[in-house]
Amino acid sequence: MEDMSGYPHELTGENTPMVSFKNVRKSYGSLVVLDDLDLDVTTGEMVSIIGPSGSGKTTVLRMLMTLEKINGGCIYVDGKPLTHMPKNGGLVPANERHLRERRADIGMCFQHFNLFPHMTALENCMEGPVHVLGISKAEARDRSEELLELVGMINKKDEHPSRLSGGQQQRVAIARALAMRPKVMLFDEVTSALDPEVIGEVTNVIRGLVDEHNLTMLMVTHQMGFARDISDRVCFFYGGKIEEQGSPAELFGNPQRERTQQFLSAVREAV
Amino acid sequence: MFDWNWEFAWEILPRLIVATGNTLIAAGAGYAIALVLGLVLAIAQRTPYRGLTFVVREFVEFIRSTPLLLQIFFVFYVGPQFGLRLSPWASGMIAIGLHYSCYLSEVYRGGLDSVPRGQWEAATALNMTIAQKYRRIIIPQAIVPALAGMGNYLVGIFKDTPMLSVIGVAELIHTANAIGSEHYRFLEPFTLVGLIFLAISLPAAGLIRGFENFIRRKLGLQ
Amino acid sequence: MDIFEFLVQYWPRILSGVGVTVAQFVLAAILGIAVALTMGLLKLSTNKVLKGFAVTYIEIFRGTSLLVQLYWIFFVLPLFGFSIDKFTAGYVAVGMNIGAYGAELVRGGILSVPKGQWEAALAINMSPAKRMWRIILPQALINMLPPWGNLMIELLKGTALISLISVADLMFVTKQINASTFLSAQAFGIALIIYYILARFLVTPFMRWLERFMARKMGRA
Repeated sequence: MEDMSGYPHELTGENTPMVSFKNVRKSYGSLVVLDDLDLDVTTGEMVSIIGPSGSGKTTVLRMLMTLEKINGGCIYVDGKPLTHMPKNGGLVPANERHLRERRADIGMCFQHFNLFPHMTALENCMEGPVHVLGISKAEARDRSEELLELVGMINKKDEHPSRLSGGQQQRVAIARALAMRPKVMLFDEVTSALDPEVIGEVTNVIRGLVDEHNLTMLMVTHQMGFARDISDRVCFFYGGKIEEQGSPAELFGNPQRERTQQFLSAVREAV
Repeated sequence: MFDWNWEFAWEILPRLIVATGNTLIAAGAGYAIALVLGLVLAIAQRTPYRGLTFVVREFVEFIRSTPLLLQIFFVFYVGPQFGLRLSPWASGMIAIGLHYSCYLSEVYRGGLDSVPRGQWEAATALNMTIAQKYRRIIIPQAIVPALAGMGNYLVGIFKDTPMLSVIGVAELIHTANAIGSEHYRFLEPFTLVGLIFLAISLPAAGLIRGFENFIRRKLGLQ
Repeated sequence: MDIFEFLVQYWPRILSGVGVTVAQFVLAAILGIAVALTMGLLKLSTNKVLKGFAVTYIEIFRGTSLLVQLYWIFFVLPLFGFSIDKFTAGYVAVGMNIGAYGAELVRGGILSVPKGQWEAALAINMSPAKRMWRIILPQALINMLPPWGNLMIELLKGTALISLISVADLMFVTKQINASTFLSAQAFGIALIIYYILARFLVTPFMRWLERFMARKMGRA
């Protein structure tokens, strides 16, 4: 088993990042997806992850949501280890109980929405608060309706997902994730499965979150313009590593690395 | 050649109707056992414990590949050899419930497999426990594609209840046999039994399809 | 008596029972396949009488129990002057029953062949019978073989019921041994294992082989 003695049990100090990847490795068999990833995201920051497909960018979010196990290193959320837990003075891989405790800080929206088809929009939003957080139905309903209002879906609250367009489903999915009051929100290519004309309604909702909420957000996206508009920082992934990162102005305006330049010009040509 | 006796048929009908009741009770009770046990067997095959998964898988294969009739005899006769005496009804329900639970576990497995992986992931993202994922998210969706198979096996279990006659459960065939040997007439009792089976299993298929559509609508899955 | 002594003493009788079971299985399978093809094709017929006949046959045999059918064929048919011996009654009942289920598989398999195949066969001016036999059925066969594998297992299990009209198959022999020795666990346990071996290591592998063989023959492997 990996020696975890170099990893602290808790990150402390004034500038403790909300999310911290330390030497995180991920591989499927012999295929290395992420190679010693180090990435800190401060509280309230909006970080976009861009890069060619297969560069490991979605894996970053999936590991943070604990949908994928990591093969090495450690992930911290709000200063505490997520993938590991303290035991007998050392850090050991987290058990399900520890994961459930730590996962409460994180919410996620998926490329294919993954709304529960047997529940209405409102029921989708109330599901987690009532059955996982254990708050009362009345309170969960108020909270969910407020969020559906926020994403502009309150008039469709009693519809099942099969009656909603992709853009509408994705907005409900955002409300569902927010209803859990996460500290960190993950957006995994949330516009990739949408028809071009409805992308705007989803990006506008996310734009609104940047202004209204003090949320930490990580977003994997192919919408370069959108990433440029709303991000505090953009990371360009290539071959399982962060090839280059910086403010949107720096990264899009004056990329330093050759691969970044190639990628950005290829994307621009495609438009 | 054709010596159908209406009077005799009329005379034995009440006994056959009582036996029909017994048949339906046996089918219903056996099915109830199979519904619950089948789910246990299906979920046991999805646990990460390799040993358990293997044993359950082989057990299901074994039960599905061997005759129900033999299993009924096994349960009924092997108990007493070890000092455990079971009534015909109890042995019958155990055997038929177990047999069909293995079939239903396959139906459930198909249903569970048909739920997209994204549903599991969304449930994880909402921080649900494994029990909550199954109960609130996965099973409600797995039920719908499983309904047709579940309905078929309800009719199937009904049609297999005549095998319980061999250990003395007074269902339709047992009663028809008894009537036949009392009066030395087999034409009417066996023909009536066949008609009763048809009269129940043919409409049942339609009813099950209707029920399936009803559930689909109710869950908003059209 | 331990299990080895038991086996040594009763092995010849068990073996003769297995022989009868296998014979019943083969005969019922041949009859079942013939019935399935006939009824499956008739159900697709545009002739209302033929179609009605097939539908009635299928619904009657699928709507009632095999045991009811077996008793009816064995006890009731003789009253109409068709006297058949119990061995024949056994495989006839099982085969006719399985044939009704198989007919639905045949029908489904034929319907699953793309319409373009019919049209292409018509375009080279094949007769309807030739179209069915040379073009459609071979393709339908590949599509329906996997469910036929399950049906063959059901058939094997179905043969156990013929013991109830005193055909001396494996089930019948086992019951006799149980009645004379009261060694129920040994007798029924061994029979269960033999049925399992027949199903899992003979019938299923054969059907899998047939699937692969047919797929290769059709260039789909």
